[in-house]
Amino acid sequence: MKFLTLQNIRRLYSVFFIFLFLFLAGITDFRNMKGYEVSLFLELDPLIAISSFLSGWTLYKGLALSLIIISTTLVFGRYFCSWVCPMGIINQWISHVLNRHRPVDDYRLNAYRPVYRFKYYLLTLFLVLAAFGALQVGLFDPIAFITRSFSISFLPGVYYSGTQLYLKQPLFYGGVLISLIFVAVLFANRFIPRFWCRVLCPLGALLGLLSGVSVLRIRRDVEKCTDCQKCLRYCHGGCAPHEELRVSECHLCMNCIEDCPEEAIHYGLARENSSIHSPVDVHRRRLIETAVAGIVLFPMMKSVVNADSAPAHSVIRPPGSIGEKDFLKRCIKCGECMRVCPTNVIQPGLLESGFEGLWSPVLMNKIGYCEYNCVLCSQVCPTGAILPLSIEKKTGRPPFQKPVRIGTAFYDRGRCLPWAMHTECIVCEEVCPTSPKAIWFKTEEVTLRTGSTKKLKLPYMDPKLCVGCGICENKCPVHDRPAVRVTSIGETRSQTNQMILSS
Amino acid sequence: MSSKHSRKEPDISRRKFLRNTAATCGLVAATGVWGYLAYSDKSVRRSSEKIYSFKDYRTPDSKSRPSMVIVHGTEVNAMALAALNTLGGMKRFINKGERVLIKPNVGWDRQPEQAANTNPELVGAVVNLCRQAGASEVWVTDVSINDPYRSFARSGIEHAVQRTGGTVRFTTENDFVLTDLKGQVLRVWPVSRFYHEADKVINMPVVKHHSLSKCTIAMKNWYGVLGGRRNRLHQDINTSIADLATAIRPTLTIIDATRVLVRNGPTGGNLSDVSRENTILAGLDEIALDSYCLKFLNLQAKDVPYLSIGEKRGLGVVEWKSLDYVELKV
Repeated sequence: MKFLTLQNIRRLYSVFFIFLFLFLAGITDFRNMKGYEVSLFLELDPLIAISSFLSGWTLYKGLALSLIIISTTLVFGRYFCSWVCPMGIINQWISHVLNRHRPVDDYRLNAYRPVYRFKYYLLTLFLVLAAFGALQVGLFDPIAFITRSFSISFLPGVYYSGTQLYLKQPLFYGGVLISLIFVAVLFANRFIPRFWCRVLCPLGALLGLLSGVSVLRIRRDVEKCTDCQKCLRYCHGGCAPHEELRVSECHLCMNCIEDCPEEAIHYGLARENSSIHSPVDVHRRRLIETAVAGIVLFPMMKSVVNADSAPAHSVIRPPGSIGEKDFLKRCIKCGECMRVCPTNVIQPGLLESGFEGLWSPVLMNKIGYCEYNCVLCSQVCPTGAILPLSIEKKTGRPPFQKPVRIGTAFYDRGRCLPWAMHTECIVCEEVCPTSPKAIWFKTEEVTLRTGSTKKLKLPYMDPKLCVGCGICENKCPVHDRPAVRVTSIGETRSQTNQMILSS
Repeated sequence: MSSKHSRKEPDISRRKFLRNTAATCGLVAATGVWGYLAYSDKSVRRSSEKIYSFKDYRTPDSKSRPSMVIVHGTEVNAMALAALNTLGGMKRFINKGERVLIKPNVGWDRQPEQAANTNPELVGAVVNLCRQAGASEVWVTDVSINDPYRSFARSGIEHAVQRTGGTVRFTTENDFVLTDLKGQVLRVWPVSRFYHEADKVINMPVVKHHSLSKCTIAMKNWYGVLGGRRNRLHQDINTSIADLATAIRPTLTIIDATRVLVRNGPTGGNLSDVSRENTILAGLDEIALDSYCLKFLNLQAKDVPYLSIGEKRGLGVVEWKSLDYVELKV
């Protein structure tokens, strides 16, 4: 028995990359992040690079790493899916566990099916939408999908079952929705192995298209081949290696090479008796239909009420976020900012900012608050929806003139203890992090119900100093609906969502 | 012709019939017994969660030693050593093999220079003295207001503690246990369990301005033992502080007045709010120590009602000069 077979080499790679993914997901926090490139997998992802290029016309910083995957795919083929992609590897393992492996099952499950075309139509739809400026690719991009699922549902779940990863149990708004989708995707492997990769994955479709030009491929020698079909049994991609191989479906898992008893299959350049290959199996008519659907969908998606067309008070974006219109062109809803946030304030929004903003980061001050000296979310964003900040830039220390504001706090005097109930409090003033404090108080003598008087500190907010961090809202003792609440108005990123004429 | 629908029930023996019937009757009886045992007019059984109370961490008074020492100087390690030596050495307070808990103020994600947290050098020096006195473990803990990881890291305290052989204990959600403070306004509150596991407790506050209580020094530092929505305490802050100081009687109090935050407390953030005082205090009487420190903030004892509330309860004396104290320069 040889140990260093192609199959085992691939397995080593997949184990390495899955551990790398888990390691990077695990260290995405304040204490362990250091200078690691924790968004590495997102940055390697060509689909994110290309679609965010189409929506924003730039290849943002780390996304240039995806050029490695693009160029190697052009030469070597769609190796990413079975060698590198954590989503693909997990799906492969899960489908191995969920299915029976009698030969009759394997041959049936790993055969090509016409439904595998669906991913190309999905890709077309997302690219057309992105070209018009609506970046929805994050919903189905496998790396964004798995990063989001791990950050928002899997890792918090691991913590809840008793393993120490965080100090405080992270809670996510509507997180179970993301969990259910993740579980459903994994369970779909029960019916079609690697259902996600073969049927849905738009990144797989993109890499499949790129691999169409590769010269190095799996090749079958038609003279040596006895049509025993053993190559089909363990095929990852369902690419029909026993027929005219469907190159765009082939993950280069290399199983067929070693399964062939006649040594008729090799990986490399074409030889004398190499079989021809099938082109991508899509109908031009369907493709045009999908593109048209995208074109029609775009204006309908834009003609809705969202945080851009009507500023939404609850849509408070992380500090460093770019203007809402541009933000929606860049955010891929990967959840890295939510994972790294030390106070858990960054939450996957639902429909607050319109359908386009589903699962995009929104600050909910009831759950956490924006830590004054923290800029972690801006450091991990792979697409530049949140631009990197330094602490000096965020807090407005020299050489910077003004702090980054994410909103403004307002008092609800009907609920405030000193204002409404003549009770001593001013917790909000105590915790206010700016210096001088944006929250200040007047000591006033108030007349009580009994007619006696009492000296009381009544809090006020100075809009010139408030940065909207929300710690006042978070720490307010009236904590079901705080008496001081932050809304998005006054946010630095917007020219129009302002209230004070000169500040 | 037989189909799969025409299979017949087999005859069973009397023995088997009796056995099956007995099993059925047994299950019926078990249903009744379970109903009888579990029936209740309460929706849940009484929660069996234990309610703790604080132990007294104090050591017996020594007549021959001063009970309060004020050290001026710039070399923090030497100042800490001098202070403890004057009081009779750390061995007076800590026996070999004891677990010592140090409670500095690490409330905020601020740097040492901003004086919102206890001076990390002083914390390190005290950890070191405890280790030398033979403490088996030295824990440093606080329930920070900002993110605890960030607060401990940026205050420099995590590093100082690790360097000197102590352990930083972060209080997770599961580390709070209900504790009866037996106070006038404070009764049962969640308290970090480390206080119940330690043998000796050292209070290590920093002197800061605070708008509601005027100042936060030693007595106010006990806020940091509580979990839950402790900011409710603001509604009667003076009684709350006195209740906390009554409930927790530390072995020793060491006050950091090297840098004093005189405005915009307790968060600060601006170096112009910090005044250099180059002083540390150590002693047994929290009220006397607090009242000495009022001068750094230009306050009088009458501005700070919790001192007199505490004095009335017999926690200490406001007039610190009446104590046996030593003031020295290092």
